[in-house]
Amino acid sequence: METVIELRHLSKAFGANVVLKDINASIHKGDVTCVIGASGSGKSTMLRCINLLETPTSGDILYHDKSILNEKISLNEYRTHVGMCFQSFNLFNNMTVLKNCMIGQMKVLKRSKEEARVNAIRYLEKVGMAPYINARPDQISGGQKQRVAIARALAMNPEVLLFDEPTSALDPEMVGEVLSVMKSLAKEGMTMVVVTHEMGFAKDVANRVLFMEQGVIAEEGTPEEIFTNPKNERTKEFLSRILNK
Amino acid sequence: MVLTKLLKDIAKIWTKYKWSYINGIRNTILLAFIGTVLGCIIGFICGILQTIPVSKKDHPIKKAAVYAIRGIVRAYVEIFRGTPMVLQAVFFYYGLSYLTNGALNFTDPWTCSIFVVSINTGAYMAETVRGGILAIERGQTEGAKAIGMSHVQTMLYVILPQTLRNILPQIGNNYIINIKDTSVMFMISFTELFAAHRSVAGATYQYFPSAAIEMVAYLCLTLASSVILRLWEKKLAGKSSYELATADQLSPTAGTLNSPQKGSNFDERHIETKGGQN
Repeated sequence: METVIELRHLSKAFGANVVLKDINASIHKGDVTCVIGASGSGKSTMLRCINLLETPTSGDILYHDKSILNEKISLNEYRTHVGMCFQSFNLFNNMTVLKNCMIGQMKVLKRSKEEARVNAIRYLEKVGMAPYINARPDQISGGQKQRVAIARALAMNPEVLLFDEPTSALDPEMVGEVLSVMKSLAKEGMTMVVVTHEMGFAKDVANRVLFMEQGVIAEEGTPEEIFTNPKNERTKEFLSRILNK
Repeated sequence: MVLTKLLKDIAKIWTKYKWSYINGIRNTILLAFIGTVLGCIIGFICGILQTIPVSKKDHPIKKAAVYAIRGIVRAYVEIFRGTPMVLQAVFFYYGLSYLTNGALNFTDPWTCSIFVVSINTGAYMAETVRGGILAIERGQTEGAKAIGMSHVQTMLYVILPQTLRNILPQIGNNYIINIKDTSVMFMISFTELFAAHRSVAGATYQYFPSAAIEMVAYLCLTLASSVILRLWEKKLAGKSSYELATADQLSPTAGTLNSPQKGSNFDERHIETKGGQN
């Protein structure tokens, strides 16, 4: 299987606080990889390292076998291939929904206004937000914002999408609408890395699950392996805690 | 009785010297406006320069340059914020030729006044803009970075438009302060509104009536500015409602959703729906 992103001996420390210790992982094309684990286990930091919102302290990140930490690779161009959706949506507050999905295409990918508009609307339709193109982010709900954020990322036509706890800031009744959009993306073969607390989503949609604990990947495997037959004591403990709630 | 006398005197002075006042008003508005606009531009440039990010991994020359720029901006802000504008005007208008042996010289009060008001406003605006940029939540920058925008693009399209909206009340403050404080420019023989009072009062010895005219004129200028600034603020805040687009994106107005965004954050909000929405 084709490896898109590979993490090699990745470590990250904030001062004396070591958050990631010697992480090795690879993301394959078409895979939906869910990263689970307790808060503070380093899940989000690992995801943020992948598109260099955090700079790793040591180790390497390869994109199609090329190091992105190498100075010759344009970071901004790399980021157009690896999209990201945030827990707090991070839609641009000064733009309408449509403009949010167009600006990156026009300014970074240098697409024409018309092309950007058509493309943006296509993806807004996909996430069910096309009727809201004229709304501003502060006029729509959290679930709607996250769907627009997904459309904004998709409009850049990325190869991989990173999700950093996309439903954690949402009211329970809005979680479903976002997850179903993500599910349909997964069905279409989008390569996704999802940091999540939604065990149901990880079970149903992921084909690989990474369990993180104290800055290391404690266990990885298929959802069946992780959820029905976990080998690591810590995985068992975490799952029993979270599933018996 | 006193009041009728005053009104009579004012009327007399106004008929005789109105062009003097009107000319003063015109010059005051022009100077305050140009000075504020240029000052804002200087302020934005300084604010941007001060928020250039540096990371440990950057090239030493880039790091040194960024720190040098920050130092220079800092010094500029402290010097021009920390000395009186009237002194700066005198310093540049009469002092510059002394310092440069006549090589550099402001030949007319207009250029010197605009220069002094601009760099003065710029010094205040630099700090305002810096604060405004820092106040934009980090998520906005991260959202922009995540779709591949460069630092300049992030600033230009995402951060600065939001900063401008947030610091608009402060820009208004500066403009109104400039309308009043440009009165010190009479020191370098710039004929603004206060200079008109000085010449009229000097010719007629009618200090109080002339000053009364000035008071009213200044108040009118600042009130008008306040109103215009409020309107601009409202415009930047955007529409309070948005139209739901129909599926084919060609014929809009499936209905209008009103979202309660106008007014202060502390106002009570009512959600209304209009036009066919139930």
